[in-house]
Amino acid sequence: MVMGELPVEAEVVVIGGGPGGYAAAFRAADLGLDVTLITDEPHLGGVCLLRGCIPSKTLLSLTALVHTARVATAMGITFGDPRIDLDTLRDWKDKVVQKLADGLQQLCEQRGIRLVQARATFNGPDSLHLQDADVHGMTFKHAIIATGSRPIPLPGTDFSARIMDSSRALELEDIPKKLLVSGGGYVGLEMGMVYASLGSQVTLVEMTDRLMPNADADLVKPLARTVEELFAGVYLNTKVTEVKEEKKKVRVSLAGESNLSDSTFDRILVAIGRRPNSDALGLETANVELDKQGYIVVDKQRRTANERIFAIGDVAGGMLLAHEAVHEGKVAAEVIAGQPAAFDARAVPAVVYTDPQIAWCGLTEQEANTQNRKIKVARFPWKASGRAVSMGITGGFTKVIMDPESQHVLGVGIVGRQAEVMIAEGVLAVEMGAVVQDLALTIHPHPTLSETLGEAAEMLLGSTTHVSARKERRKVE
Amino acid sequence: MAKKFRLPDPGEGIHEAEILDVYVSEGDEVQEGDLILYIETDKAAVEVPSPFTGVIEEIRVKKGDVVQVGEVLMTYTEETGKEARHKRKPQPEEPSEQRAAEQSRKKEAAGEEEEEQCERRVTEERVEKGEVKQEEDKELRKRAVAAEKPKAEKKVEEEEGDKTEGRKEQKVERATDRPVPASPATRRLARELGVDLCEVPGSGPGERVTAEDVRAFAGDAKEKPEREEAAAAKREVTRERETEAEVPEELAMEREPRRPLFEELPPLPDFSRWGPVEHMPLRSIRRATAKQMALAWSQIPHVTHQDIADITELEAFRRRHQEAVEQQGGRLSLTVLVMQAIVAALKQFPRFNASLDPEAGEIILKQYYHIGVAVDTEQGLIVPVVRDVDRKSLTELATELTEVVERIRQGKAKREELLGGTFTITNPGPIGGTAFTPIINYPEVAILGLARARLEPVVEGNLNNFTIIPRLRLPLHLAFDHRVNDGADAARFMRTIIDILSDPESFILNV
Repeated sequence: MVMGELPVEAEVVVIGGGPGGYAAAFRAADLGLDVTLITDEPHLGGVCLLRGCIPSKTLLSLTALVHTARVATAMGITFGDPRIDLDTLRDWKDKVVQKLADGLQQLCEQRGIRLVQARATFNGPDSLHLQDADVHGMTFKHAIIATGSRPIPLPGTDFSARIMDSSRALELEDIPKKLLVSGGGYVGLEMGMVYASLGSQVTLVEMTDRLMPNADADLVKPLARTVEELFAGVYLNTKVTEVKEEKKKVRVSLAGESNLSDSTFDRILVAIGRRPNSDALGLETANVELDKQGYIVVDKQRRTANERIFAIGDVAGGMLLAHEAVHEGKVAAEVIAGQPAAFDARAVPAVVYTDPQIAWCGLTEQEANTQNRKIKVARFPWKASGRAVSMGITGGFTKVIMDPESQHVLGVGIVGRQAEVMIAEGVLAVEMGAVVQDLALTIHPHPTLSETLGEAAEMLLGSTTHVSARKERRKVE
Repeated sequence: MAKKFRLPDPGEGIHEAEILDVYVSEGDEVQEGDLILYIETDKAAVEVPSPFTGVIEEIRVKKGDVVQVGEVLMTYTEETGKEARHKRKPQPEEPSEQRAAEQSRKKEAAGEEEEEQCERRVTEERVEKGEVKQEEDKELRKRAVAAEKPKAEKKVEEEEGDKTEGRKEQKVERATDRPVPASPATRRLARELGVDLCEVPGSGPGERVTAEDVRAFAGDAKEKPEREEAAAAKREVTRERETEAEVPEELAMEREPRRPLFEELPPLPDFSRWGPVEHMPLRSIRRATAKQMALAWSQIPHVTHQDIADITELEAFRRRHQEAVEQQGGRLSLTVLVMQAIVAALKQFPRFNASLDPEAGEIILKQYYHIGVAVDTEQGLIVPVVRDVDRKSLTELATELTEVVERIRQGKAKREELLGGTFTITNPGPIGGTAFTPIINYPEVAILGLARARLEPVVEGNLNNFTIIPRLRLPLHLAFDHRVNDGADAARFMRTIIDILSDPESFILNV
């Protein structure tokens, strides 16, 4: 997969072909730099495209369909029970991934980026060793590390066919009759939902006292209700202490609040966190510093302790989200090109693609509490939204978090369908330094769910169209 | 934590200075006010007193370095308890600390807030007694450059400084636990212009800083040196951070010369194609002269009126009194005599002791007579100004000029001595030359050039009856601004000077 001649000396070398890596490479090339992109995989796209966001969202859009079809009965349209053709489903998902990966490859070629498939390790502050490539190594003027992260296994176990990580789970080898999901974060919830919709009996255990511990509790509540209905069991404050792989089963020991009598499962999905891919890069030879958790230490310009080397995306910490990596990648490229760029985002949005979806950005209520920061919050219930009622999705709400003094929009949280789209307006508001009045005075099309954001803003200003003032006072804290 | 001494901004558009000497070494204990550096800006060379009391930890400059305003020159370890209090504030420019802070930011979910926070003291903290120290430091730094100002003036400036400081602090009294509200594009613009968002007053709702606010602040800062003092220091921090943490060395080097002396000049050819060349930086006095001359030559319509003065008698007069003046410590030079002749003429022709304000449509007539004298030094051309020439005797003038020239040649001129001239004399005559066309020292409107005085045969009488006698003749060249005076004015003005010079008695009458 070597395009063009492999240079022995590179101007900019990007290590890692995920969203952060390719975004950095593309931006650098667009800025006129000579770019070499090294990835140890046959395709571009990284975990996100190949084994993460894209395939999981492909499946989730199908399971949402299953769910919609089911609830349509109450509205007068009944579909038969869905028949699932797993091979076609898997093919569809693979086609989606392939199409996007091919697209990336083309974009790479069009920009004249040298794409090298090899495993790169540093063997000096300005040189790389390349394994499985035409050339053994190269020196560089600047390097951008974008090697991402990988799932953490349960203590004392390795991943296997039955003890799956998220990537494995996305391969959809079969639909296990009984699936245990360890980890109540977004990966566990999303994949649990996929398998539950496909017919698995899903049991979820979470170590802490609630699902999605980093999202505000009120946003998680409507999701928790759905999950409890959909899953065979949800156990909080529960930990998997032991996993034993038997012939066709996995036997687990749980500690905590679970009262499971039968603790054998066909498969188990372990989604308890990720760790940075910073350990096998030879970083010690390159004078790049790591923090205690193994994340690469960088400054605002994404520069590491070695000023030639930049790090972006999961390997340098943060929220471990693809869009964050993309922006960091662009910053690194621009800094190398001499532009006054810096990663100064104030609202990195997070989206959970469950049904209902959860999305939030900027300051959360729990962060405000830990910081002892005064805020004012308004929640606009979707029950009062004509569009939500017409869609039969009244369980959600939209909340706006405001600075009581300056009235700046500090954060937005949404639970309900299409939260993934609506959150973008919240991100813009926070980034622009908008005041709540900006949101309230912006005309939102009627009837849409986006109105709920404008109305939540109105609530903070004291008067909103679709909720009576008396009720509202109770909602606003 | 170490305290940093940065090159203060002396105002007047000075951006850089050359280190002529470093009086201290690392480890030295210095008292506030001790002289530590000897620097030369494009205006003057000054000795810089220490703004702090403490031990010098690191000296980051050496003789010959050219440093930018805001650049760290040396660091101090602090001694006194009062100063120790500052240590709790982490210095934002420490890259490692910045990184650490950054990292901890990442770990806290709260994260994003910390980074754009104003890195300034909270107001309450300032209110605490003794916490105004840092401002004093600023003041001291200011004083370091303004040291030569008369005391009363300095006092006033200090008070003003305090006021400004207070204003500034008020202006940015944002809560320090939140980022400055500004859109991503505005934040980027601020980085581009080297503006610290924390300092920019926001005009939008909730004090949101708009792109216009940033531009206005950047423009303003340029115009108002007082405000720039703070802004420049901040900006330099940013710049420093950028050069250290953002721009690779080679890129930084490329960026620096982007302060063009002239706008829109065609690019130079590569001279090395035709033979070896050497590149000499245009700095300090050379740079200032280049700027000043280009300005004057391009803005002022020059006319040079030329005439010859007979100074035979004057020279005899000069020789007669030379010794007496010398006993007083002065040198009775031709320049001194001409200086006084000029002032006598200027009193009769006030439009030569003037400046033009084309904007206001005014000619500003000055009622004082401060004469600049061009002095050739090793560093280049310097023009000290002798004040109130009309009120001084020849002896006083001779003494003063001798002293000033001596100081200038030693590089010890004070900046004030170079400001405020109303008319300039340039006398390359001792070196040579029969005629030349001097360039007016903007914003003045005329300059008198003296070529070499020569003993020449002069014909007296008429064609039928003449005698040839040797006379000492001095060619004079008056360059004047034709917007302010006409050729006839210049001829009359010159005539007056020549008449005075040819009649030494008039000096005695003048004084």
